[in-house]
Amino acid sequence: MTPHYLPSASVKTALYAAWPICLGYFPIGLALGVLAGQSDIPWWAMALMSILVFAGSAQFICVAMIAAGSSLWAIIGTTFIINLRHVLMSSALAVYLHGVRRSFLALFAYGITDESFAINMARFRAGNWTRFQALIVNHLANCVWILATVSGVLVGQFVPTGAFGIDYALIGMFICLLVFQLHNRLHVITAIIAAVVAVLWAKFVPGDSYIVGAAVCAATCGYLFQKKRDKN
Amino acid sequence: MSVNDYLFLFVGMGLVTYLPRVLPLIYLSHKKMPQGLIDWLGYIPVAVLGALLAPILFIDTANAAITFGKLEFLVAIPTLIFAVKTRSLGGTVLVGMLLYWLAGIFL
Repeated sequence: MTPHYLPSASVKTALYAAWPICLGYFPIGLALGVLAGQSDIPWWAMALMSILVFAGSAQFICVAMIAAGSSLWAIIGTTFIINLRHVLMSSALAVYLHGVRRSFLALFAYGITDESFAINMARFRAGNWTRFQALIVNHLANCVWILATVSGVLVGQFVPTGAFGIDYALIGMFICLLVFQLHNRLHVITAIIAAVVAVLWAKFVPGDSYIVGAAVCAATCGYLFQKKRDKN
Repeated sequence: MSVNDYLFLFVGMGLVTYLPRVLPLIYLSHKKMPQGLIDWLGYIPVAVLGALLAPILFIDTANAAITFGKLEFLVAIPTLIFAVKTRSLGGTVLVGMLLYWLAGIFL
């Protein structure tokens, strides 16, 4: 049975679970804000983007594309492709939110990110985790994200380009999230295939199509290898 | 960019971000997917992250050449080891930034 109120102990557990996300989001959000500031994006636009979009990697790419003078439609299209991966996460979370009312799901879905997904799935799988605790994790992470990105724009003018390795924040996040996804040998093989295909695709095909192209190729290979393994 | 440009851009980005997050959840919380699709989707996160990361590490943006000498890649090796050992997201981000910053100064 799911409680309709939250005892303070379970709120504390949720805050404890959200802590690594917030710690990870702060430097990344700050870095995003600094880059945005250097591309002359005002703080209120950063706040608006973090509230309406809340998708780290898409926001980084958006800032880079604004700086490069891309068209608005190209940025929206790229965002769609990059965030299509959340279809999977949303689908996987549905297993643990079976029959929950739609208004709750609508509120919850807003905060599904790579990081909150990873933490909530691990907690749901371990048991003793309610959807209200999962909601706290999602929205606490969002609050920290908004705060960090806006702070980045405001202090960014005092930070020289490339200072403190901020350009590496997103790469560091990708590396660690990739490590979180390496559950078995087939996942390692899939990651290597994705990397090789993406590098070749990016070298020979202009634009950002390599992300979805390589991901679909590699996931299909991983799935076929799994079927072959299960047959033997 | 004007206020209207920003508003149009972020509402558009927000929609294409929110819909893939909300529609499967609302639809599937009352249905079942074929097992083959679930298995295939299970490889998507690792494939997307590999595809996002590798070109940043191995493609020289100046001349579009494939290289193993980029600073991003050299820093990625100790950062990856740190991530495997600690499994700490915040720690990995900070270690990667610190190493990249130091490498930029000393190399």
